[in-house]
Amino acid sequence: MAESGVTDGLCNTDDIERSKTEGKELTKEEKQRLRKEKKQQKKNKEKNDEKTSHEGEKKKNKKKKEEQPAGSASQPPAQPSPKAVPAPAPPPPAAAAVPVPASEAPAPADKPAKSKADLKAERASKGKKGDVGQPAPTGKLKAPPSELQPVVKRLPEHVQVDNPEVVKKLAKKLERQQIPLRSDYGYKVSLFSHLHQYSRKAPLTQQLGIPSTVIHPAIVRLGLQYSQGIVAGSNARSVALLHAFQQVIRDYTTPPNEELSRDLVNKLKPYISFLNQCRPLSASMGNAIKYIKKEISNIPSQCKEEEAKIKLLNCIERYINEKIVLAAKAIAKYSIEKISDGDVILVYGCSSLVNHILCEAFEKKRKFRVIVVDSRPRLEGREALRRLVQKGISCTYVLISAVSYILPEVSKVFLGAHALLANGYVMSRVGTSQIALVAKAFNVPVLVCCETYKFCERVQTDSFVSNELDDPDDLIVTRKGKTQLEHWQKVPSLGLLNLVYDVTPPDFVDLVITDLGMIPCTSVPVVLRVKNVDQ
Amino acid sequence: MELQAVLMAAGGGSRMPDLTYNTPKPMLPVGNKPLMWHPLNLLERVGFEEVIVITTKEVQKMMSTDPKMKDVKMKLDVVCIQEDGDMGTADALRHIQQKIKTDVLVVSCDLITDVALHEVVDLFRAHNATLAMLMSKAHDFTETVPGQKGKKKTGEQRDFVGVDQSGKRLLFMANEADLEDGLSIRKSIMRKHPRMHIKTGLVDAHLYCLKKAVVDFLADNKSISSIRGELLPYLVRKQFSKTTNCPKSKDDADDQTQKTADGSTNSTELLICSRDEPLLQLAQERSCWNDHRGDMSEAYHGGKLRCYVHIMDQGLCYRVNTLAAYIEANRLASKLLEEPAVHPSAVISERCQMGPDSIIGAQCQVADKTSIKRSTIGNSTTVKEKVKVTNSIIMHGVTIEEGCNIHGCVICSNAVIGRGADLKYCLVGNGQQIEAEGEAHSFHTSTFNMLSLFSPPTVTRGT
Repeated sequence: MAESGVTDGLCNTDDIERSKTEGKELTKEEKQRLRKEKKQQKKNKEKNDEKTSHEGEKKKNKKKKEEQPAGSASQPPAQPSPKAVPAPAPPPPAAAAVPVPASEAPAPADKPAKSKADLKAERASKGKKGDVGQPAPTGKLKAPPSELQPVVKRLPEHVQVDNPEVVKKLAKKLERQQIPLRSDYGYKVSLFSHLHQYSRKAPLTQQLGIPSTVIHPAIVRLGLQYSQGIVAGSNARSVALLHAFQQVIRDYTTPPNEELSRDLVNKLKPYISFLNQCRPLSASMGNAIKYIKKEISNIPSQCKEEEAKIKLLNCIERYINEKIVLAAKAIAKYSIEKISDGDVILVYGCSSLVNHILCEAFEKKRKFRVIVVDSRPRLEGREALRRLVQKGISCTYVLISAVSYILPEVSKVFLGAHALLANGYVMSRVGTSQIALVAKAFNVPVLVCCETYKFCERVQTDSFVSNELDDPDDLIVTRKGKTQLEHWQKVPSLGLLNLVYDVTPPDFVDLVITDLGMIPCTSVPVVLRVKNVDQ
Repeated sequence: MELQAVLMAAGGGSRMPDLTYNTPKPMLPVGNKPLMWHPLNLLERVGFEEVIVITTKEVQKMMSTDPKMKDVKMKLDVVCIQEDGDMGTADALRHIQQKIKTDVLVVSCDLITDVALHEVVDLFRAHNATLAMLMSKAHDFTETVPGQKGKKKTGEQRDFVGVDQSGKRLLFMANEADLEDGLSIRKSIMRKHPRMHIKTGLVDAHLYCLKKAVVDFLADNKSISSIRGELLPYLVRKQFSKTTNCPKSKDDADDQTQKTADGSTNSTELLICSRDEPLLQLAQERSCWNDHRGDMSEAYHGGKLRCYVHIMDQGLCYRVNTLAAYIEANRLASKLLEEPAVHPSAVISERCQMGPDSIIGAQCQVADKTSIKRSTIGNSTTVKEKVKVTNSIIMHGVTIEEGCNIHGCVICSNAVIGRGADLKYCLVGNGQQIEAEGEAHSFHTSTFNMLSLFSPPTVTRGT
């Protein structure tokens, strides 16, 4: 994908220069080309309406977002060119391509280059039609429109809480699905006022009836466990989610005159909204849900209900087995190569994968010791410490404020990840980027362990845009009978901020160990592309 | 379906014989509604649509005729059991085992509370508990009870309840009657939960969420007859028994079955190794959460059987099983009910002084110059002129003639209080007649004491 972009870019810089020199002459040509372009795109649209694309529109949007940074990496003039590759494009990009010529009007200078480049690229892409080419050009097609037309990109609603219209829309949607709306709690720090902030003392079940009829009991239980933190951690949440979905599928009966493939997906939507209200979905959960929805939609209509259910249950089992259990084994295998005797390994918080790796390494008789770094208010390091010490690994425990004190002793840093973003950033528990930063300053290698199912097509460069705000009351602590922050709500200028995630730039990460092997941080988009092609 | 509600309304009300000899306990009026209406109202408000009611034939008959019961919009599946049989609550559950298809919420008919039920059920759901129950801090009853000589405590046996540090996990439960020498706690419990709070001043609300496996277990173990008395302590003890901690070892299970001949151990294994499927196990392993800290064991100490309790410290929670509780409940019933205190069909003259916390039932007739304060007056009651009623409970169909002064009394249905009677802290049974100009203090009447009060005022005390 990068290669085709570069080549197209090269030929298009010529075009652009030519267009700049030729100036107004091109206006007529430009009009002709516009007409030709429109005709071709109409043809393409018709062609592709017959083709059924399994990949949803969402994916295309995400691809667009993913391609955007890849595009921005190359020269700015190259950007119009990737856009100009319609090729045998599925309907969504064609639909986007139709407004593209319309949006050309405000940017006449770009137009001629684009139209010429369009044709050239069409010819070029028709020549090298391939699996690889297909998702890439469509992605590229999307990227530039968003350059010119920011309206095309839609922000997810969970980062637009300060926009009353979005909130209203969400309330309406939840009402339609008969799910109660969870109200925000407490004063939000202004930088993060666009995110939800809930209180653990006001669970969503307060507004639900007992026994829950609208939402399956397994999902209610899961939502409660999420909001109370009983199931925490990316892998645990995904496994619990799939388990609950298994129960839902088991108890599901197709209503008459409905198809299982469509009705079940519709049944799952309110459950997913409910879980989102209890606790914002993680990237791994999102990928798992996408997989399930795809599997359900792929069930042929002549399949009997029992068979279909068994098939779906097996799919879920297989997904968990492949993506989580076996992936953990593979990652452990790769990581053990990186652990040598006499190592001092630093871990942060409680990552199930990192704990698994260390336990496996210890069983394989590697000699190392571990330093567990912990941070308030979650103090998850204590749980990691317990698991490691139970195995017999010698551990040291420090709080994050002492990390620069302890780092001279450390030979490697192993970090877990909540998600790996498409631009190579690592999204993990808040504090991880600090650890990575300090480790970089001390020249200690940082290794991130992450399964591929956590790879996300989102792009983020800072921790503000999209994050999760936990209950601010967790920060209140009572020591010697005195609770200083007890009445924090009454102080008008005081806000308590309890962030959950932060993003670490790829410069601080030396290696990402995944079940596909050991890759550099910047290869995440490649993995994503390969994964999408496989599916 | 998530939960099935079961209402236990077959109790006899053995601790208030004066009230219940004629009216069965579930139909005693509290705030002019039958006692069993209150838990049914609670269930209806929370969202239940069906309730299985276990009761006697007599109560069922009265239910079908009572207009207030028709307000209940839920579908009531009434199961009748023999009144004279010594069917305990657990026996009753066993009786309806066929109807129980999912986890069950057992409520007693004498519970009046405004608890947020989701607190109890959330404990049950979130921790995948076998038992979740409701308890409340006991309130002292401030009202004087008719017929009681002074403030004598009835000497009810205390309950010792041990909870862990979070106050949610139930570690220990025993009644004073069962503890002869002293309270002994097993070392295994202390090792797992080194900090235990033992509370004695708690009232058990008799509201339990039980897993379906427990009902199946009851079906196999016919020796357990009372939920509160036997099943609960058994479950609480079983949390820490050795078999719960190593359910996978087959040798242990074989030994167990060899030791005891009956099949009880099989069902306990069933109960204990409850559906903790491999995926749930995996999720729990990967989750970085633990319910305790300070020792090396995993969440819940690996125990599969968990009992939880929600202790209410604010709000109403009464079990109307004694006379004192009955009176207290009537006092506070007006707070619970959303209906207006005065029924619209009651005819109340304008020159009547009515306090704000009194409840007047339907089709009452209250004449002039009466004063009704802090009282509950039932349906179809007639109160004539110049009557002063304070702190009393007057049930249905009572006639109070002119000039009476009734203070702190409980007057049961269809009684007639003669002219000018002066009653303080009395309990007048069903259909009794108090003669005119009588005066009585701390008196109980019942069918067995056919005493009549003569005109000259005599102060009598006694049962």
